[in-house]
Amino acid sequence: MGQKIVTLPLTDKKVQYLKAGDRVLLSGDVYAARDAAHKRLAELIENNEELPINLKGEAIYYVGPTPAKPGQIIGSAGPTTSGRMDKYTPKMLSMGLKGMIGKGYRNEAVKEAIQNYQAVYFAAIGGSGALLSKKIQFETVVAYEDLGPEAIRRLTIKDFPVTVINDCYGNDLYQQGAEAYQGRHPQ
Amino acid sequence: MREIHVDDITENVAFLCQAASFDLGDDMIRAFQSSLKTEKSEIGKDVIEQLLDNAEIAKQEHIPMCQDTGVAVFFIELGYDCNIVGGSLYDAINQGVSKGYGDGYLRQSIVRDPLDRKNTGDNTPAITYVEMVAGDHLTIKFTAKGGGAENMSRLQMLKPSDGLEGIEHFVLESVRLAGPNACPPMIVGVGIGGSFEKSAYIAKKSLLRPVGERNEEDRVAELEEKWIEQCNDLGIGPQGMGGSTTALDVKIEVYPCHIAALPVAVNIQCHANRHKEVTL
Repeated sequence: MGQKIVTLPLTDKKVQYLKAGDRVLLSGDVYAARDAAHKRLAELIENNEELPINLKGEAIYYVGPTPAKPGQIIGSAGPTTSGRMDKYTPKMLSMGLKGMIGKGYRNEAVKEAIQNYQAVYFAAIGGSGALLSKKIQFETVVAYEDLGPEAIRRLTIKDFPVTVINDCYGNDLYQQGAEAYQGRHPQ
Repeated sequence: MREIHVDDITENVAFLCQAASFDLGDDMIRAFQSSLKTEKSEIGKDVIEQLLDNAEIAKQEHIPMCQDTGVAVFFIELGYDCNIVGGSLYDAINQGVSKGYGDGYLRQSIVRDPLDRKNTGDNTPAITYVEMVAGDHLTIKFTAKGGGAENMSRLQMLKPSDGLEGIEHFVLESVRLAGPNACPPMIVGVGIGGSFEKSAYIAKKSLLRPVGERNEEDRVAELEEKWIEQCNDLGIGPQGMGGSTTALDVKIEVYPCHIAALPVAVNIQCHANRHKEVTL
């Protein structure tokens, strides 16, 4: 099984090249945002106010890193559970968001929106925050600094390892993977 | 009566918080290595190899293995012949957490009010349970419990007529629902009996037992082994991407209960199974 190399930002063509189960090395810029930041963005969207970030063509990494030690770019930085963001995601995809990196199940509305708006959902390995922090080359807080670990950050990632879970064709690796290995425990 | 000063407790708690976050236990490392030999999925193997790399980086460079450095949970065993001097045990523990999480650059994940959700800024308050035991020692058992796995934990008040079959169904259903959200391969803590809160307490406490160590009672140990196999039969696999390693272990604790009751709690623990202890 090979690895695909993808540079950000994502486009329709790049998204169409990605299939559930693909292992991908991602490089480029992403926004880091999680629960509290999503709540604030959703309130702005609801009130037709301008967002502090432009979502078009962007990817969001659901992460709340540990504080960086002196001399470090970022602390431990693995993915958090994506399902908590499901409530906000379809609207953000409709505004041009193309990719998400997290871990765990997405709901049906998100999976449908991923197909409708030609986007992709990647999983990084939950709990591998030390390893993943080595793949982050630059970090700056761009909004909501008061939220601490939940502030919105701009991250530059390099060869960041992810796996495609939900592709734009409606495939779902969590479902397909579990079905493929059911009843095949080690003897 | 032996005396232990609260400052000694604070220092040790601060150390435990950092050590747990950077240094994954040998039992977990051995379990990862052993699962590499049996895992059938290529993606699954790749995940486990990355988890081993991650643990090594965390240990060598003192980077938390997971960015969710958790809620600080303490199981304290306090000897009847031990006297704590210089202040309160609970305050000493909270001061240790504040120091450990601050000095170690660990993430502050606790909000003061569950509704307005303002961060307390030092990961306190800790959740502390104290049990009185024989002797003149104080044992501090610490676990850093992450939100992802904790959120997938469940409790049900079953009927006595549901029996073992009902319990088994509930446990496996909980693991299936937890799936990738709980960062598998997971450790499944099961508390059977007691009361509503006691079942949850023993389920969580069971997670402190080293991976691979079976319950002392044979009939419970047999159930643990059976349920490990059944969890792995679910096919969820490492990180839920499909595979034969869903649970590295199942831990069961039982406790007497009311004639009308059959409480069952399932406390899911992710592969970042962080716990350390010290005896003063």
